[in-house]
Amino acid sequence: MRYLYHSVCGLVLMYLILPVFVVIPLSFSASPYLEFPPRGFSLQWYQQFFGLRTWYGSMIFSAEVAFLTMVLATILGTAAALGLARAGFRGAEALQTVLIAPMIIPHIIIAIAIYGWYAQLHLIGTLWGLVLIYSVLAVPFVVITVTGALQGLDPNLEPAAMALGANRVQTFFRVVLPNIRPGILAGAILTFALAFDEIVIAIFISGTTGTTLPKRMWEGIRTEINPTIAAASTILITVSFVLFALLETLRRGLARGKR
Amino acid sequence: MPGSSASAVTAALLRGVERREEARRWLLVLPAGLFVGVLLFFPLLRIVSLSVWDPIFTLRHYGHAFQDPVFYRVLGVTFKVSLLTTVGCLVLGYPVAHLMAHARPAVANFLMTLVLVSFWTSLLVRTYAWMVLLGRRGVINNLLLAVGLISEPLPLMYNLFGVLVGMVHVLLPFMILPLYSVMKGIDRSLMLAAQNLGAGPFRSFLWVFLPLSFPGVTGGCLLVFMISAGYFITPALLGGRTDMMMGQLIELEVSQLLNWGYASALATILFVVVALLFLAYRRVATLRLPSGAS
Repeated sequence: MRYLYHSVCGLVLMYLILPVFVVIPLSFSASPYLEFPPRGFSLQWYQQFFGLRTWYGSMIFSAEVAFLTMVLATILGTAAALGLARAGFRGAEALQTVLIAPMIIPHIIIAIAIYGWYAQLHLIGTLWGLVLIYSVLAVPFVVITVTGALQGLDPNLEPAAMALGANRVQTFFRVVLPNIRPGILAGAILTFALAFDEIVIAIFISGTTGTTLPKRMWEGIRTEINPTIAAASTILITVSFVLFALLETLRRGLARGKR
Repeated sequence: MPGSSASAVTAALLRGVERREEARRWLLVLPAGLFVGVLLFFPLLRIVSLSVWDPIFTLRHYGHAFQDPVFYRVLGVTFKVSLLTTVGCLVLGYPVAHLMAHARPAVANFLMTLVLVSFWTSLLVRTYAWMVLLGRRGVINNLLLAVGLISEPLPLMYNLFGVLVGMVHVLLPFMILPLYSVMKGIDRSLMLAAQNLGAGPFRSFLWVFLPLSFPGVTGGCLLVFMISAGYFITPALLGGRTDMMMGQLIELEVSQLLNWGYASALATILFVVVALLFLAYRRVATLRLPSGAS
């Protein structure tokens, strides 16, 4: 019985994790087709990726979009979390619901809504068009991580700093900010990852100009049979892993600090 | 009396301070609130209005939906896929969450990392991986052919099976994480008490642990069902022509048929369904960010 239980769990975890890794060996294949196990070893699909502007250009564009989204959403989200902290003022709950909404609404609905509107505003295929809507999606993540950090903050610290003569700005930068920095950083990492990986909205509003990496993959995924997409996937996986590792380091550091 | 008037003054002053404090908080929240309000709610309201103004007030787009057999078929597929995905995630996720909640901290941490790695990997990449695995000349078919278990490739994708394999894989973390957080909070001494009173491990699980884990089950199921209902990428890539879901129908109406009025009506219907599910979800669970950071 116990044996069965453990093997079921093992199988489920393999199902969860193995597909993530199946594309990595394919991207180093020497064969022009997707074959598993891959035949031979080559870096030709990476050469192809970095040799074609449509591929590496889309990666650079995605990085720009993700970076700007991170900056904008982190500032807006952190301010909102500070305002909502120790809630209880009028309208706080309504505001919280508004800020959580982008996490709940199916992206396909947001995508067509934004698509129709952006078409009128000539924002389709632009850097800022993407940054603006991704920031909307990203703000809730920052609000949640920063709120979490604020809950761990001793509520007496702020009044203590003010009583000792610090003004509001000094109190914020010298006392509050250093304490909630891990929460802000975690939010920033999440928003970068979200904007770098987003696909549903990108399908609609990332046009022929301003193509993001996921959009470029989507365009080729059913027609291109060579492993360049596997190489692009491996790059996306690597970026996610690096961001995840950063987040975990941050969390471990935070857990140690609390002890 | 002088004392009471002094305290009235203090109270008035404090109220003033409180009001200023409140205004300051509003000022901090306002930019984000306005940002989300304008960029999200304005286009959404525009969609709702497109669904009923064409060019004057009309309900014909909704009428069209509720008379069209295609709409009912798509609605049926959406419901079927969401339900089966939810059941699949629960059946596969429950034992894993149970193991995580009872394992030594180091093991639990490792398992959590596996779940989060999957959760973090791009949805498109994971769906693509399933295309590579399930295709006609995919990894699984090639393997089975090589071993000699089958003589012809099995139809593993572009059908309901492919959609479910992909959807359950993608949404499994959304089931495991809420289940785990509830199971972690179950007092273990209750199980021990049941066993001391003569219940075997199976009976103490069935009568004590299982009922106590129900909030996680309801929360996880509602969350997975809600996300499934609006899914687009995975069914679009792994499904067949006859397995179209709501998200795909909306996409088709917008990008290929340019039928904005009808697409907007469909989007509004989907939105209402998801909003109702979300309200139900809020009753059973508080929304938490499924990540190690929160």
